[in-house]
Amino acid sequence: MMRIKLTAHTLVYYAFAITMLIFTVLLSHTAFFTTANLLNVLMQTSPIVVMAIGLSFALSVGHIDLSIGAIVALCGMVAAMLLQPFGLTIAVAASLLLGGLIGAFNGYLCERLGIPSLIVTLGMLGFLTGLSRQLSGLQSIPIIDPQFISLFGQGAVLGIPSQILWLASLVCLAYIILNKLRFGRHLFAVGASKPAAYSMGLGVSRIRVWAMALSGGFAALAGLLYAGRMQSARYAIGESDLMALIAAVALGGCSLLGGRVNIIGVLLGVWLIGCISNGLILSGFSSNEQMMVKGIILIVAVVVTSKVNSK
Amino acid sequence: MKRTALDQTVLKVSGLHKNFDGVDVLNGVSFNINRGEVVALLGDNGAGKSTLVNCLAGRIQPNKGTIEINEQALLLNSPSASEQAGLAIVHQDLALVNELSVIENLFLNREILHSNKFLRFFGWLDKSAMAKKAQKLLQRLGTYLPDLNAPVATLSGGQKQVIAIIRAVHAGADIIVMDEPTSALGAEQYEFLMSLIRLLSSQGIAIMLISHNLHQVSMLCDRAVVLFQGYSVADVALNEVDQAQLLAYMNGAVLEMAQAS
Repeated sequence: MMRIKLTAHTLVYYAFAITMLIFTVLLSHTAFFTTANLLNVLMQTSPIVVMAIGLSFALSVGHIDLSIGAIVALCGMVAAMLLQPFGLTIAVAASLLLGGLIGAFNGYLCERLGIPSLIVTLGMLGFLTGLSRQLSGLQSIPIIDPQFISLFGQGAVLGIPSQILWLASLVCLAYIILNKLRFGRHLFAVGASKPAAYSMGLGVSRIRVWAMALSGGFAALAGLLYAGRMQSARYAIGESDLMALIAAVALGGCSLLGGRVNIIGVLLGVWLIGCISNGLILSGFSSNEQMMVKGIILIVAVVVTSKVNSK
Repeated sequence: MKRTALDQTVLKVSGLHKNFDGVDVLNGVSFNINRGEVVALLGDNGAGKSTLVNCLAGRIQPNKGTIEINEQALLLNSPSASEQAGLAIVHQDLALVNELSVIENLFLNREILHSNKFLRFFGWLDKSAMAKKAQKLLQRLGTYLPDLNAPVATLSGGQKQVIAIIRAVHAGADIIVMDEPTSALGAEQYEFLMSLIRLLSSQGIAIMLISHNLHQVSMLCDRAVVLFQGYSVADVALNEVDQAQLLAYMNGAVLEMAQAS
């Protein structure tokens, strides 16, 4: 008999399979299990996957990044504002650079001042949210550049939507960084044991700052994807994704205390949350009720993964 | 280029001083260690052993004095500086990352990269080369582990010790400082460690053994350096002194007699 081995890293596969099965049966009278609907979930969650990848880098070294949502909003807006006067390349480059720099600054503050990333990034969340509101005057900024919209939103290559292409290539990129490159191994080492990593001569502070910079960079990219899909940049975008994000990475088997990250698990974690939201909408739950469910999922996910881990 | 003469000095510590918040912890420690020598560092708690090890490890910097490795005076301002100079430390806590595998630990910060130039540029790992090299390193030191991809956390204390030592050998260390290596070992593992130390010594690697166990020290070491209140009070060949004399050095009795006369 094949033995099923339940670990924090495999948990999400079972959770995903079981949830899909239940939803397919319970929601058989709705449009849940149709290609169009599932593709829709896939598209809708792709910026969240990108954010979750960023958060995974932060978590791998034992940090958390609460400012991801705020970076998403600000960088989307910066890109939208620069598109008209400076063109696509500069707008995109500036936006990504800004995201990376904000992340690096978060990381630098943690190392320099020795305060937890929870506090630093919470402060950054407040600061950036205020800044975005100030900059936008609480108005959304429309995007009319067809190239930008095609690249990050509505475009397609060989019939495959560009959002899916972004998703696939970024998941591959993150998988390679974390599993194939020296840098990824150093991230895990630092996250698992800072003192041991230091004794072995790793530049612990430098690696932790880089992890936060990646988190910010991926957040900026998520901002571009949101802006491309909605053909506008809004100050409030990404604000409400934080809880789903943390629930997704916890479901995906990431330890919130640092260490190895399973990027496929994170991907499934996001999709699982996306499907649950979608299923709840189709069953007629209000957005308030959905939020309550997501909150419960977050707590349950963390409890279950930590229980499975300590076994 | 490495010379092979056995009398070549690998480590030379001269007049090392360290002061913490006005308290002198090291008061001018000096000694030499030659190639292939096994030297004990003895001293009671508070004699300055840990501070000395931390200076050698590059974790802290001395206020005065020099550390020469392979006849080069060095500023050891980080653990990687020490390792690059040829000095590796096997800490009491072993400094292994428990969640990473044996291979990942052996090659941490010294990974073998892919031979393709393009992939190499991005730091692409050559996992199969590392697995092969790990097997070789273990064989060279007469060790066998069933699964080199298992997390280090699943190994016994003795096995972890061996991994930490192999790491040091792989780093190309000319001298390995072992901080209380036998404190957590069973009898069999202890014997293995002893034979491992002799093997390394015969291969020309110098060992500095920090230990409380005088019996073990006299069995294994050629020489002992004794610290007392931050001074190096004795540097003696172990076939010339007995344990009682070593104890007298360690508790400062010899020093007091000298002062009295």
